[in-house]
Amino acid sequence: MAQYASILFSMILVNNFVLVKFLGICPFLGVSKKFDSAVGMGCAVTLVMVLAIAVTWPIQRLLAAWGLEYLQTIAFILVIATLVQLLDMAIKRYLPPLHASLGVFLPLITTNCSVLGVAILTVDEGYSYPQALVAGLGAGLGFLLAMVLFSGVRRRVEEAAPPEAFEGMPITLISAAIVAMSFMGFSGVIDHLFGA
Amino acid sequence: MAQPTANATGESTLVGTFRRGLLEENPAFRQMLGLCPMLAVTTAVTNGVGMGMATTFVLVCSGVVVSLLRRVIPRTVRIPAFITIIASFVTLVMMLVKAYMPALDEALGIYLPLIVVNCIVLGRAEMFASKHGPLEAALDGAGMGLGFTFALIAMSSVREILGAGTFLGVRVLPPFVEPMIIMVMPAGGFAVLGFLIAGSVWIEEHPRHRHKVLRKASKPSPSLCAACPINCGVGDPSNEACVKDEFVEMLEAAVEAARKKDEAAQNADEERDA
Repeated sequence: MAQYASILFSMILVNNFVLVKFLGICPFLGVSKKFDSAVGMGCAVTLVMVLAIAVTWPIQRLLAAWGLEYLQTIAFILVIATLVQLLDMAIKRYLPPLHASLGVFLPLITTNCSVLGVAILTVDEGYSYPQALVAGLGAGLGFLLAMVLFSGVRRRVEEAAPPEAFEGMPITLISAAIVAMSFMGFSGVIDHLFGA
Repeated sequence: MAQPTANATGESTLVGTFRRGLLEENPAFRQMLGLCPMLAVTTAVTNGVGMGMATTFVLVCSGVVVSLLRRVIPRTVRIPAFITIIASFVTLVMMLVKAYMPALDEALGIYLPLIVVNCIVLGRAEMFASKHGPLEAALDGAGMGLGFTFALIAMSSVREILGAGTFLGVRVLPPFVEPMIIMVMPAGGFAVLGFLIAGSVWIEEHPRHRHKVLRKASKPSPSLCAACPINCGVGDPSNEACVKDEFVEMLEAAVEAARKKDEAAQNADEERDA
């Protein structure tokens, strides 16, 4: 149990996908202007990450069994793209209210590097199936946390008046640097807590 | 919005095609694409050069192949086809790097396979290579790739010099200057990119520094994901470069029709119950 908790929290805090691993920067900067859309995007990414791992992990096993590991990248990206498309259609068909809140974010995720990143990362780490799923959940929740925190920071930044050259993207990146700095405080915490 | 269309700058010569990506439409600083590798691998100049070269290789090769196959690939399945072509070349690069430059492979880690999802590559395939001949596509890919490499080198130079006190592994700062570790940490990546973009805006806006190449270009447009052809209609519905996938549209229409039918049936049920 401690092992799963360790994976979960280290993915959320120590190895935060956005602020430490720099994966999924585009949605992090593009969709974090409003709190609601930040939550929607975060939830959609979490859902897709867990589902993507649920599908790609067995595929990796199949590829390894046939000695085709070099096809990993091609197989993963096509499977993830198909998965997102199917998920989008399924939600639209059966859960229209959910589609109204999450649907707009799903197409954005297809080529999101964080989803492909988490799939490759769990293979590289040699996680078992349950471990990989927990890692996916942790990565998604970490993304959600970073999005929510940053949407709050951003609302304040929007109201500030930085020097002209810093308006827009530069000041956003510099405030992201300060948020990332706060996450540096977590390194070591997880190892200490779970003795991993 | 500085859409990287064929003749955005009015130059149609081959040289213009090549040069555009270097500065005026620099993918990293002007179009704000490919930010993930930009932030992640730029802790040392060698990593930046390696990443830039790998991306350039993929851009040129996938550009040529997409361009050669542009009349063969059906419009409706073009995005999956482009992704497959790009992923093949990325796999090739991964194998080459692993075989001949194991240290670089170690340093780039998962960011090497992630070139597949780099917006720059798919963006050029969709917006340029699929509409032009192979030679032009190759030049465009080379220009964009070198522009990206240039941005990576600029960024990694700052981070390596300030963060480790070295340049290409050679110590450049005097021994009494303590390196700023924060620069090679994640937080430093965000900050350096922010300052570099601010600097480029400042040079462009300042009357004394007005540069004739930069003046021709528009302000950097943070189009981010919206510039990815896959994300059409989500980021910026008015984006003219966006043509929604007809296949997806067809499926969406079918799903919508099925849902309406369901609703109608439900309403009929409710009315009968009432």
